[in-house]
Amino acid sequence: MSALTKLPAKVADRRRFLQEAARALAGCCVFGLALAKLSSDAKALPAQALRPPGALDEGAFLAACIRCGLCVRACPYDTLSLAEIGSDPGLATGTPFFTARQVPCEMCEDIPCVAACPTGALDKGLSRIDDARMGTAVLIDQENCLNALGLRCDVCYRVCPAIDQAITLDLQHNARSGHHAIFMPTVHADACTGCGKCEKSCVLPEAAIKVLPTAIARAKPADHYRLGWEENTPLVDELIDLPDRLPGPGTDNLAAPGGFEPSFKFPEAGQ
Amino acid sequence: MTTANQRLATMPASRERRWLRANLFLVLRRSSQAFFLLIFMIGPWFGIWWVQGNLAGSLTLGVLPLTDPFVFLQSLAALHWPATSALTGAVIVALAYGLLGGRAYCAWVCPINPVTDAASWLHRKLGLKKGWQPPKSTRLWLVAVALVVSAITGTIAWETVNPVSMLHRGLIFGMGSAWLFVLAVFLFDLLLSRRGWCGHLCPVGAFYGLLGEKSILRVSAAKRSACNDCMDCYAVCPEMQVLSAPLNGSDQNSPLILSRDCSNCGRCIDVCDLDVFKFTHRFDRTPAAAHAKRPSHTKKIQGQLPGQISGEIR
Repeated sequence: MSALTKLPAKVADRRRFLQEAARALAGCCVFGLALAKLSSDAKALPAQALRPPGALDEGAFLAACIRCGLCVRACPYDTLSLAEIGSDPGLATGTPFFTARQVPCEMCEDIPCVAACPTGALDKGLSRIDDARMGTAVLIDQENCLNALGLRCDVCYRVCPAIDQAITLDLQHNARSGHHAIFMPTVHADACTGCGKCEKSCVLPEAAIKVLPTAIARAKPADHYRLGWEENTPLVDELIDLPDRLPGPGTDNLAAPGGFEPSFKFPEAGQ
Repeated sequence: MTTANQRLATMPASRERRWLRANLFLVLRRSSQAFFLLIFMIGPWFGIWWVQGNLAGSLTLGVLPLTDPFVFLQSLAALHWPATSALTGAVIVALAYGLLGGRAYCAWVCPINPVTDAASWLHRKLGLKKGWQPPKSTRLWLVAVALVVSAITGTIAWETVNPVSMLHRGLIFGMGSAWLFVLAVFLFDLLLSRRGWCGHLCPVGAFYGLLGEKSILRVSAAKRSACNDCMDCYAVCPEMQVLSAPLNGSDQNSPLILSRDCSNCGRCIDVCDLDVFKFTHRFDRTPAAAHAKRPSHTKKIQGQLPGQISGEIR
């Protein structure tokens, strides 16, 4: 202050104003950085915490969810709870989640949690619960899964609300015994809602099948890949349209039923 | 300082009525705070779901949506356009506080207020120093920081650390370690900075203050001519800077307390023996004669800020 008093009043005022503005700005930057760090850290959703059906992507969800808990109140099965600071580390405080191994989503047809959400953090566009994508089930431990060992547990398959669509039992050869089958639980992600009933009901002390966030659970094929057996249209329009080669006379598909049977046979070895 | 209780001792006649007269708004305010907590608690406690949710967002009787407008605004800043229900709720709440005094939220609803009031009471009893007093503009800067950080991170940023919602939500849905935040606010106000949280830092209160910039319901120093400079009101007012202009203004100046910092708590009405203050509306043009200044007092007051005065008269 003593330095300021020596200056003309106008200059002193301007200097004081600039100093105070710079102080305020510096304080805001320091505090703002800390707050930004805390807020963006909260976007890292722990792998075992599942958002309610219809939840927006985690980034968009934290912009939308006001943490009011109306979805929690609407849930008839007490599946949902609000994250508590300290008790649920990694989760943004006060946001709704469920843990599949404790209480899975019962997939109510009227989706009351979505109806209750006042902000659209749970997307009102979700009208069929089968279209919910809370996560994706993964048979995460094929060494301990009883079915993978060749036994018939089948519990995850039986409890799946989308049985034979989201989880199928795929027959495989049991190489250990040599003459048994393995009924391998196989998840089909396009039908899996991530409700978590499979994880909840796995009979092992630690579930062999777990629901993970889809981003963790799934690979992403490259955009330019074309699966020939799924392509019904020519790869490049009007450039390549080869005639379909059906089994039959005149083709080289000799072994196929109805295929060309030559009128002569090569003499077999040993004759 | 002549406290309300000391005054009681000198006036034994109709004790109860005098006690009530000296504590009416405090009692009403605590009742209101308890009401806004209990109305949310009877759901989880007794299964009576009149009100669901918490102060950030709620649904009353299945029809009335209410949304915290500050949370709503941060959500907008984070580029989420909320559904109609949240929008309606925010508009209703903003209108209500726009009429009743923005910071009426702080005095009559906020669950942190009893905590900071307790800290302030203990601060007074222990005769502690004022401590760090950041500029009153700090909370406005924090409003800006909360909105900017919300926009940058795409989250509702202040809710990451907001002790107000942590306490209210915690009591209703489960506390976790949120009580540590509440304890931190209490200790901050008690030991580091008198009235520091609500009076200087909390951006929620500052935002509600901005909402109530033109609010209708206001306190007025209507009978300021009767003021005898006992300073009770300064000692008890959580935002004492709002008092000096209306109280000490000349005949032409309005006795209305129009500062957005005033929380309409009415405690000045309670503590004033001479009934200087009353609730009225902002358009009240009743002329009020200036407060007669005794020379000794005038001299003493002019050189000092109100905060320093009340610091002395404890």
